[in-house]
Amino acid sequence: MITGSKAGTKTVALIGTDAIAEAMRQINPDVVAAYPITPQTAIVETYSQMVADGLVKTNMIAVESEHSAMSAAIGAAASGARVMTATSAQGLGLMWEMLYIASGLRLPIIMPNVNRALSAPINIHCDHGDSMGARDSGWIQLFSENAQESYDNTIQAIRIAENPAVLLPVMVLLDGFIISHSIDRVELLDDEVVSHFVGEFKPAYSLLNARNPVSVGNFDGLYGYYFEFKRQQEEALLNSFRVINEVGEEFGKISGRPYRFFETIGMEDAEFAIIVLGSAAGTVRQQVEDMRAKGIPIGMIKLRVFRPFPARELAEAISRMKAVAVFDRSSTFAGNMGGPVFIELRSALYDLQKRPLLVNYVYGLGGRDLSVDLVNKAAAELAEVACSGQVKQPVNYLGLRE
Amino acid sequence: MSTKLADLVQKPQYLSGGHRLCAGCGASIAVRQILMGVPDDVKLVIANPTGCLEVSTSIYPYTAWNTSYIHSAFENAAATLSGAEAAYQTLKKQGKIKEDFRFVVFGGDGGTYDIGLQALSGTLERGHRLVYVCYNNEAYMNTGIQRSGATIMGSWTTTSPYGRYSSGKKENRKDMTAIAAAHNIPYVAQASISHWRDLVRKAQKAFAADGPAFINVLSPCHRGWRYPMEKTVEMAKMAVQACIWPLYEVENGKWNLTAKVKKQPVEGYLKTQGRFAHLFQEENKDILKAIQENVDAEWEKLLNLCEQK
Repeated sequence: MITGSKAGTKTVALIGTDAIAEAMRQINPDVVAAYPITPQTAIVETYSQMVADGLVKTNMIAVESEHSAMSAAIGAAASGARVMTATSAQGLGLMWEMLYIASGLRLPIIMPNVNRALSAPINIHCDHGDSMGARDSGWIQLFSENAQESYDNTIQAIRIAENPAVLLPVMVLLDGFIISHSIDRVELLDDEVVSHFVGEFKPAYSLLNARNPVSVGNFDGLYGYYFEFKRQQEEALLNSFRVINEVGEEFGKISGRPYRFFETIGMEDAEFAIIVLGSAAGTVRQQVEDMRAKGIPIGMIKLRVFRPFPARELAEAISRMKAVAVFDRSSTFAGNMGGPVFIELRSALYDLQKRPLLVNYVYGLGGRDLSVDLVNKAAAELAEVACSGQVKQPVNYLGLRE
Repeated sequence: MSTKLADLVQKPQYLSGGHRLCAGCGASIAVRQILMGVPDDVKLVIANPTGCLEVSTSIYPYTAWNTSYIHSAFENAAATLSGAEAAYQTLKKQGKIKEDFRFVVFGGDGGTYDIGLQALSGTLERGHRLVYVCYNNEAYMNTGIQRSGATIMGSWTTTSPYGRYSSGKKENRKDMTAIAAAHNIPYVAQASISHWRDLVRKAQKAFAADGPAFINVLSPCHRGWRYPMEKTVEMAKMAVQACIWPLYEVENGKWNLTAKVKKQPVEGYLKTQGRFAHLFQEENKDILKAIQENVDAEWEKLLNLCEQK
């Protein structure tokens, strides 16, 4: 580790998975139940070592599958423990059934998911198809651009999930290999600062409360309250908008890095813009800044919170644009409807009187590199759309061998 | 600990009346007998996989359980409860919980033999201190009597029906109790609701074990087996006497028979149940013979393991 100087922080060189493990060590959860999968494995390995070295109080369960990882996490969280797990791609797929049960039981489980392409064909590299598929499972989803944001999001996730107005599980997303396995500069907060920030978990209900035993996961019966429970869950997700911003602001005070739903560059005077999430934001930002230096009126939005989808704020941010390009690192197989961010954003714009033209760029599936040339190509086409007022092809593939 | 009836009736009732299980259901009998083996002065967390017992005892906003209870899904009751047990271990160590807790799963043969086998195996191998009880009624009864890995060869179910080209289930059942024993856990037993004192004693040992324990309890289902509902305990007793459901335990690796029986021909047992009715037609007599041969072979194997020969 290379140590830095700023008071209250330590600047280190870490790969993304180690940044996550550091956040976990500082959070010091009661229970971690996890199963290794590339490229998440290093989180489980590093954390196991931390447990073995007595750096944390965590009872770590080396389960036999991801389905059991989420099941054990559910059992532990229902018992009043602060619980974390981590996974990737096929592992998230195997957890599918339990994702809905974790959110439906309103258990604030935290799970970093290292984004990786789903089989078939089997591919271990990055795309967002795994977590995008889970977008309707009732989890809050926070995307990260780099190791720093992966670390920061993990710490904030605890406070968001455990807020009594929310009580929903949170997925922290980081790009496989690009973030998980690349050495990056990370500012770590002091252990005490993180410990104080996350506070102690005080669950309202627990299986282990001997004075007030509870039943968890009851049968809803034939004419039960399922509909009302689901409506309450939606309400909790709506509440999370406020909480995500409050926690992001408070985190800014201890770190100098405040967080909101998304970050903007040049949107105040841009005529067209690119929306992107994950590590590709770094590549896009550099190009956008270069183009702006040349007087090209381009802006950029880096989306951090995908669930809940900040539709109103995004619509407001892009309503004055002539054209917007949405970069999606996954496809939906909906029939040329584009990627998930594109579809949601289009829907968010429907009620506007005046709205920008939208184009979609699906890129980077299975880890295909997003080069500077490809970003420039998309930016040039976007400028053409803004200039001509016409979209020739709404859904485009960037970097595809055709 | 006592297994005297006078003492057992004083034990707390964790499963209260008013649940919606069928009259004559073997599962609730198994649950009550097992929970008579819970030590005094401990708290309980009970888990169910999805199944008859779960849907009949936890209908929101009610519960029949006078203690903490969790159900999450079908194939994962063992994994779910292993998480609760892990939480308990660390929270107790941290001084956040004062009471002593015990953890018990009641799962059907579907949730145990088949869909839940992996999660169960992982839980047993990891050494969580919990008791896993299979209330075994030899088919998927909650969804309407479909074959399971516990279903006896020749048995009619809705997915192993009797027809022109079928004589019921083709395959022999798997030996789940031996599979559990192969995990080398402190305590494994096979029990029957008809032999209540034997069952309670096994439950006492299971709750006392310093590690995982597994008990496979034969819990007949009159809806699926097709016999009069008042005969549930009698069916379980006949199964033990025919040695198609022998009573034994594996305590720290040592196999012991726990009930002396005068072995009866299996035909007498099969004859009492509608699920085997087709086997008594002339063209199916080979299947009857094969069932008896299976029972004999498994019994011999068990006697050898228990060093009774």
